[in-house]
Amino acid sequence: MNLDRLQRIDPWTWTLPKAPGEERGEVRLYGSEPLLASMDDKVLEQIANVAKLPGLVGPAMTMPDAHWGYGFPIGGVAAFDPDAGGIVSAGGVGFDISCGIRCLRTDLTAADLAPAASALADSLFATIPAGVGEEGDIKLSPQALDAVLRGGAQWAVKAGYGHDADLEYIEEHGRIADARPEYVSELAKKRQRGEMGTLGSGNHYLEVQVVDAIHDAEAARAFGLFEGQVVVSIHCGSRGLGHQIGTDFLLSLAKAANRLGLALPDRELACAPIRSAEGQEYIGAMHAAMNCALANRQILAQLTREVFRSLFPGAGLETLADVSHNTCKAEEHVVDGRRRTLYVHRKGATRAFGPDHPALPPRYRAVGQPVIIGGSMGTGSWVLVGTREGEARGFSSASHGAGRAMSRNQALKQWRGRELVDELARRGILIRTKSMRGAAEEAPGAYKDVDLVAEATERAGLARRVAFLRPKVCVKG
Amino acid sequence: MHPDLGAARWRYFEHDADVGVEGVAATAEEAMANAAAATFAIMCPPERIAPDATLTVEFREDDLELALVTWINLLLAHARERGLALGHFVLRRDGDLWRGEASGEPWREGLERGTEVKGATLTSLDVSCRDGHWRARCVVDV
Repeated sequence: MNLDRLQRIDPWTWTLPKAPGEERGEVRLYGSEPLLASMDDKVLEQIANVAKLPGLVGPAMTMPDAHWGYGFPIGGVAAFDPDAGGIVSAGGVGFDISCGIRCLRTDLTAADLAPAASALADSLFATIPAGVGEEGDIKLSPQALDAVLRGGAQWAVKAGYGHDADLEYIEEHGRIADARPEYVSELAKKRQRGEMGTLGSGNHYLEVQVVDAIHDAEAARAFGLFEGQVVVSIHCGSRGLGHQIGTDFLLSLAKAANRLGLALPDRELACAPIRSAEGQEYIGAMHAAMNCALANRQILAQLTREVFRSLFPGAGLETLADVSHNTCKAEEHVVDGRRRTLYVHRKGATRAFGPDHPALPPRYRAVGQPVIIGGSMGTGSWVLVGTREGEARGFSSASHGAGRAMSRNQALKQWRGRELVDELARRGILIRTKSMRGAAEEAPGAYKDVDLVAEATERAGLARRVAFLRPKVCVKG
Repeated sequence: MHPDLGAARWRYFEHDADVGVEGVAATAEEAMANAAAATFAIMCPPERIAPDATLTVEFREDDLELALVTWINLLLAHARERGLALGHFVLRRDGDLWRGEASGEPWREGLERGTEVKGATLTSLDVSCRDGHWRARCVVDV
């Protein structure tokens, strides 16, 4: 990104001054100078377009891991007021609706894991359906799928996947209340057949990690984390159902915008007023997809538990957190001293509530919400905690991953999957995948330095670093 | 065959997180069929897919570019619904009515797994004719 057009507010916060006569909201970019310089110019173009959408409240923002997306940039955050003509955008959520991370803490240590790591990797790979073309064992009737779309992780727990205790640590207690399965197309529902309890492919993964270092002892205590502890992170979303809802509404909202007289700076920002029938249909369908994702991760969490307990009888695996990345939900935020209900789009960004937020479970209330920044399979991931100042800085949002440093095509030219998997094994990281192409595309070198992203997230005041997780086993799709 | 070349019928172009696909041909319909070939080659090398099963799609769309997105997305949805890897594509147009056919086979152990494509986007979307060659391109989300 050419930084000449930007104005530096502080070393971690930048803005794009308006050109004379330009009508749009504020644009704010979080990140260090090197991180911003490494981004494509399209990121700036896309977030400037977001700032032109009706009903925007506060700045249109990018997180430190931002990269070029479609409509919104990945790592884009924007809030809209429904009472001021605010919009909801399918391009502001994306295809992989509610893609997110479930993190489980175990009572095992690296020493417990070491002798069984290979067997654990094989067993997880055999149990968790992963990769293109793979299906799960769960086949739902249309009525049962509608129950999933209404019930989310709460449905999964009732169906025997996990425990009530999980729900307390999942966003919205595992269920988005205003989901409307009747707005989900039959094609989307058919596409989900065979996909419940599957991981997917691309950047989705199930990773067994070890807490390598603690940076914030108080928050780590609240999260139940200690050095040497084994944790599990599951990154996936709403699978084929969410993809199809994204597909359906990207086109229908693009056409609706014309019909409703919305002058869009870019048609991939496909959107409709929140208060319109089209907007309400999209919100209802998208929230149904969120429930699908929450149920999916709950199922995968339970399958993971069963694998662990077959190898480590009696092992404890508790839910640390489950938060989605690609969403738009109504939230209350204080803007200019006034509490307002806003629809916050987070596309490739994670919610990051600070201390005392009423949505947090009592265990985390004093410290804030756990935030996971997932890194590449060869480097590691960060656990952070939401901050009070993050509310004003970013509508309580933070980075969600390392962010790609090079395209998938470039990565394919640079790495061979088999060689990469062997090299990681020599470093003690066991990869299990059916796709060597996917492994090459996901090469650690294709991602930005996750440490720099986590540092920038902290320095920008969005979330504070708590612990670093080092990968040991990774199941890739 | 290097995936960038696709026997010159299709190629990939750069996008940060996802993949740009482009089909090239003498007609818009063939270029769009080739763009579909590029899309499905991300998931499985087409030369390994036997044309054992056929899938047909039909839709109405008067916007050429939105037709490309609709065509690819219908194929993705129905291929997933039927558990098929697709490798061969034909598209025909009669006014705003589009009829397409694709063939392939059910996913099996011997098929090389690539990366799942979630959907075609409106990003870098273009269906146009230059110097007698049609090109059909967009970014697909993976």
